[in-house]
Amino acid sequence: MKLKKSFGFIVMAVAMLGLSSTLSSVSHAETKVGFVYVGPIGDHGWTYQHDRARLAVEKALGNKVKTTFVESVKEGPDSERVIRQLASSGHELIFTTSFGFMNPTLKAAKKFGNVKFEHATGYKQAKNVGTYSARFYEGRYIAGVIAGKVSKTNKIGYVASFPIPEVVRGINAFMLGARSVNPKMSISVVWVNSWYDPGKEGDAAKALIDQGADIITQHTDSPAPLQVAENRGVKGFGQASDMIKFAPKAQLSAIVNNWGAYYVERTKAMMNGSWKSQDVWYGLKEGMVEMAPYTNMPSNAAALAKKTEEAIRSGDLHPFTGPIKDQSGKLVVEAGKIADAGMLLGMNFYVEGVQGSLPK
Amino acid sequence: MFTLERRVEQSKSWLVFSPIMAIALTILSGIIIFSVLDKDPWMSLYTFFIQPLTTGFGFTELIVKATPLILIGVGLSIGFKANVWNIGAEGQFTMGAIAGGGTALFLNTQESFLVLPAVLLMGIFGGIVWGMIPAFLKTKFNANEILTSLMLSYVALLILSYLVHGPWRDPGGYNFPESEIFSDFAMLPILLEGTRLNLGTVFALLSVLIIYILLSRTVLGYQFKVVGLAPAAAKHAGFDRAKLIWLSMIISGGLAGLAGISEVSGTIGQLLPSVSPGYGFTAIIVAFLGRLNPVGVLFAGLIMALTYIGGENAQIEIGLPAAVTGLFQGIILFYLLACDVLARYRLRYKPFLKARDRE
Repeated sequence: MKLKKSFGFIVMAVAMLGLSSTLSSVSHAETKVGFVYVGPIGDHGWTYQHDRARLAVEKALGNKVKTTFVESVKEGPDSERVIRQLASSGHELIFTTSFGFMNPTLKAAKKFGNVKFEHATGYKQAKNVGTYSARFYEGRYIAGVIAGKVSKTNKIGYVASFPIPEVVRGINAFMLGARSVNPKMSISVVWVNSWYDPGKEGDAAKALIDQGADIITQHTDSPAPLQVAENRGVKGFGQASDMIKFAPKAQLSAIVNNWGAYYVERTKAMMNGSWKSQDVWYGLKEGMVEMAPYTNMPSNAAALAKKTEEAIRSGDLHPFTGPIKDQSGKLVVEAGKIADAGMLLGMNFYVEGVQGSLPK
Repeated sequence: MFTLERRVEQSKSWLVFSPIMAIALTILSGIIIFSVLDKDPWMSLYTFFIQPLTTGFGFTELIVKATPLILIGVGLSIGFKANVWNIGAEGQFTMGAIAGGGTALFLNTQESFLVLPAVLLMGIFGGIVWGMIPAFLKTKFNANEILTSLMLSYVALLILSYLVHGPWRDPGGYNFPESEIFSDFAMLPILLEGTRLNLGTVFALLSVLIIYILLSRTVLGYQFKVVGLAPAAAKHAGFDRAKLIWLSMIISGGLAGLAGISEVSGTIGQLLPSVSPGYGFTAIIVAFLGRLNPVGVLFAGLIMALTYIGGENAQIEIGLPAAVTGLFQGIILFYLLACDVLARYRLRYKPFLKARDRE
């Protein structure tokens, strides 16, 4: 009997809620900009930073724009549907923020000729599809320099996602930076085959620390490896965003992805009609890559890190300047030369000092 | 204390009515959740469950999304009926994609209308082979197929990952882990211009029809059912249990393989490190949601697909978080199982009486 009564009450409550609400109206005066994310906005890494940039667009352009995002979109057929849905619901500019969205973006772009698309980290452009990426390797080189200064065991543990050029380039830049101050440094890599899997990332960090690494760095999106470093009393780096909150004693610095300025610039360009498809690769100089404060390290290490950062920003130093040897000891970039764009974009070898073989 | 008692007479109408009741309760819960989230509940329900179906594109997308779920779910339901627990459809799906997709890559320069049939047959074959391994281990060594089929899923996923990172990587793709794009001769024809509705959907409908006939009109189908409901009776009647294990793994593996290759050469058009957002696992829910009945699976697949597409739509239109999709899937399943249980059993309140008092 009691059950029946309370059920009746719920039905009434629900009915009243229904009556009190009215269909909301949506105004169409503003320009709509869409964002497709591969992870949840709360990942505190990759997607989190893209979402901060979306908020920067809203802040900069106020009520002239309305932004929409779809999070945790699987790469593959689902992403094409989401992109097409955004395009068909009045979004005039759509940012697709993961490499795996490349072909789906191009397919959707073919169907929606007057919608503009911006695809992150891809290499295929079209009349209405531009691409953009950041030179994260600049930050990784600085992180490597710091690691070379701070490490006592000379061993770096690297939690990596997938063996794609972007990630391999980061490992190599880190190694070159570390060896620039301490030629005994080495890197061990664990591939977790995921961009976001806190459990796996954390386990990988634990295994690496057990093997003697006293610096943990990662090319995955969650703060888990850094949290493990904090708990185990070793040092680490934040990835994509400043993760100092998660590791106040362990974070040395963080490579911060700052997409905000670019998103604002492209949204403005679309609104005033000057948007054109382009392929940009911005770094420290343009502010797309930033370093979080240098913390938890001796002052001489921080000073060297700052100096390195300035040298890269001003163009005096390119992380991939020869002599660079691969794992077998073969010289791949001659002394004084800089690795060409082809080698950087398609990097599929480890430099000297990285342990193990690259999965191929 | 509450106890469940099997109802002596089950009401036929309640058994039919319980899924409808479950959906009604889901909607009620949805209204409460949306209100708590400070969203207009009616508008939210509309964008979640109805609006995706109001455009031609949305409607075809629903079918595209449901197609692999139905293909796999129909196959699984046969095994589940016979108490053969194939949990590894994800692996059979992936193997179908690998075998069929590999064929497509191998024949990528051939301009022949025989390419597509070869690709499809190899896809089915890949799924069958991957389903036969647990069948072999089960019948030969009595190894638990839940474990072996599940573990083989991870093996298949890693084989695919290896192939697209290594030997099958697109040579012109800057070392990114993606295969070349398939030629048009390896792609399933699109049924409706401008949409992604392809021949895979026809396979799904045919599989529903064929499995329905198999289960309801053939001796073999009868054997599947008896083995599941009354193993002792089946043994007594002389049904060959090993044969039924082999057959159910081959059928479910083959259909999962067909789903895999249909996805790859229907909507994706190339091999990627991961070709499935967990269809093989979701299809297990679909099979049970459809009560292991092929026609039921057809509807369950469509409902499940609607929760995905509705979730995306709700994010775009009213800014609901993505987690709402999973929430709705959980709620629907919860109410469906609860209503089923209550249709078959009744809840009785038994006060803690002393044993003597009850006599």
